[in-house]
Amino acid sequence: MSTVLILGAGSDMAVAIARKYAREKYNVQLAARKLEYLVPLQQDLQIRYGITATVHAFDALDTASHAAFYASLPVKPDQVICVFGYLGNQETAQDDWEEAQRIIATNYTGAVSILNIVANDYAARKSGTIVGISSVAGVRGRQSNYMYGSAKAGFTAYLAGLRNRLYHDGVHVLSVQPGFVATRMTEHLALPPLLTATPEQVANAVFSAAAAKKNVIYVKWFWRYIMLLIRNIPEGMFKKMKM
Amino acid sequence: MQKQLANWGNYPAVTCDEQAFSQDDQLQAVVAQHDAIIARGNGRCYGDASLAVHSISTLKYDKVLDFDVQHGYLTCQSGITLDQVLEIIVPKGWFLPVTPGTKNITIGGAIASDVHGKNHHVDGAFSRHVTWVDVLTADGQTIRCSHTENTDLFWATCGGMGLTGVITVVKFDLKKIETAYIKQTQIKAKNLDEVIRLFEEYKHYTYSVAWIDCLQKGDAFGRSILIVGEHATTADLSPKQAEHPLQLPKKSQLTMPFNLPEFVLNTFTVKAFNWLYYGKNFKREITNVVPYEPFFYPLDAILHWNRGYGKSGFVQYQFVLPMDQQSGLVTILKRISDKGWGSFLAVLKVFGQQHDLISFPMEGYTLALDFPVRKGLFEFLDELDELVLQHKGRLYLSKDARMKQEIFWKSYPDAKRFQEIVQRYDPKGKFRSIQSDRLLLTKPQ
Ligand SMILES: Cc1cc2nc3c(=O)[nH]c(=O)nc-3n(C[C@H](O)[C@H](O)[C@H](O)COP(=O)(O)OP(=O)(O)OC[C@H]3O[C@@H](n4cnc5c(N)ncnc54)[C@H](O)[C@@H]3O)c2cc1C
Repeated sequence: MSTVLILGAGSDMAVAIARKYAREKYNVQLAARKLEYLVPLQQDLQIRYGITATVHAFDALDTASHAAFYASLPVKPDQVICVFGYLGNQETAQDDWEEAQRIIATNYTGAVSILNIVANDYAARKSGTIVGISSVAGVRGRQSNYMYGSAKAGFTAYLAGLRNRLYHDGVHVLSVQPGFVATRMTEHLALPPLLTATPEQVANAVFSAAAAKKNVIYVKWFWRYIMLLIRNIPEGMFKKMKM
Repeated sequence: MQKQLANWGNYPAVTCDEQAFSQDDQLQAVVAQHDAIIARGNGRCYGDASLAVHSISTLKYDKVLDFDVQHGYLTCQSGITLDQVLEIIVPKGWFLPVTPGTKNITIGGAIASDVHGKNHHVDGAFSRHVTWVDVLTADGQTIRCSHTENTDLFWATCGGMGLTGVITVVKFDLKKIETAYIKQTQIKAKNLDEVIRLFEEYKHYTYSVAWIDCLQKGDAFGRSILIVGEHATTADLSPKQAEHPLQLPKKSQLTMPFNLPEFVLNTFTVKAFNWLYYGKNFKREITNVVPYEPFFYPLDAILHWNRGYGKSGFVQYQFVLPMDQQSGLVTILKRISDKGWGSFLAVLKVFGQQHDLISFPMEGYTLALDFPVRKGLFEFLDELDELVLQHKGRLYLSKDARMKQEIFWKSYPDAKRFQEIVQRYDPKGKFRSIQSDRLLLTKPQ
């Protein structure tokens, strides 16, 4: 039986991903800061799908602990999915370095720190799959969320580089750029229904894309074209837009 | 975020700010943040019981915490739907102790409405099978209650329409089954008298329900089909079914994509009924073995069938009359069929004994049918309410969207005691819905 490690397992998207993998008979390792958030999900996965689920304390911001965290896993996972992220508050982050730093550290440096460790292990073992949940916000900086966007842009570039490097070791890296996803994190936003995916749709897309060794996916297909469009707006025009 | 919300009847639709939670501390924070809020499950009550300016959706609070496969107990969070529960328990040889006519409701909703099934005369309502319930009350405390512990809270929570607080975790017992199939018998009844006689004759069956054709007059008034059933044993199954007795064959689902004019649904049900009545059911009585889904959830096969009633929505009118008030059943059904505004089919069930604080069921007959919302409808239903009251009956709060407050207070004998308990746990009236304000169970703001 294969094992998947889910980093940031407390979120709605992570719950859907965990259930999808468990339904496909993966054992699941759930990692997040608050263990008490994970215990109900652990029971749920075991009862519903008859697999083994374990819980592990993991703090993306505490990079010094990452090596020990990875070493302590009871078995090395066949797949690692990096789901954690922090949207933060753009305006606060403009004035408050604490907030800006938290956005950068959660979405970029924290992710890089743990995935470096996983990558080296997988490279040595010549197997494994790494999935990173990045964001379309990373495609182009916009005034409304460029703190988050720039950190995700860094993460997207990191995943691309990692894919290039690990390809030669037989290790696969999948970048996921979900567009809008209806979760608790976005429930206060008025998202256009047609463009918004459910966490379950993200989970299904991640599972099949990882199995098919896809490189980059956007859960709902038209996001690829929206991003193509956004990428191609001349900067002179883009900077004048309010978005 | 502000959005338009309506429950199953699409009436009323209100602007609501709905928040979700998946963890206990998130729930506590949301409840603490508002002066007025109501829990909302899957919105399968028909009217306004889970609508308010602020509602809190339980759907992401859906984890199974323990399944005692040996003795048949399930412990779970309140937002899980019956559909998901069945997927877990049926393959292991267990079934829900009580189930309503749809599996798309949450466990929280099952308790808050104290739902009944086709087995009420044998197994009672859902609350009879609850070991304990945890309720997050207005002061932020979570209190465990049961038939023996904090009983006042327990009885005000079962059937209490969310007014005592948010039901969080529930433990309840399951029913042992050998197969995922039901051995059902359909019996034709020429009229209302006959179907009532048949209910009596077949009362030893665990499950029973009758579909009544509301259009017939004269001798055929109340023409109906009584459907009774038992969980099938392996011996009842065909060799093919017996290969995997606890697994159902794959099914497909139809979706009603948009609102249809109401006559479409009525034409559809007329055809379906006639097909059953005159077609394959031409014999007076017919017995066969069917998967549990079409038996318990015939309407779930058409996703969003409620849209068949068109944009203005509909209300479902469900009342119960005591056993000795059968004349009332005739009077009310006649009024409905004379008016011709109701759905073509009505559902008739028998309730066994139950005296709870605020739950709907009482020993007697319950009838339910749909009325598309139109001008003059509410005045007409007010007249029916008076008849129900005269015959010592009452209406199901879970279906209600329009009852006048005095009807409620006159027909639920323990309403006052219920309200006192609610106020004991929630002195400021934090938990309130449009329904509870309308019925003056809470003070409208
Ligand atoms: C096709 C169909 C057939 C039906 N058949 C039957 C039947 O045969 N028998 C029967 O009894 N009912 C029946 N019903 C009604 C349905 O079972 C009830 O209305 C049920 O309560 C709906 O549950 P829900 O999860 O959708 O909750 P909602 O409809 O969202 O809420 C219903 C009530 O429960 C409260 N509530 C929900 N969750 C919680 C919680 N966690 N804590 C506290 N309060 C909560 C709400 O505040 C509200 O008062 C039927 C409904 C449909 C659509």
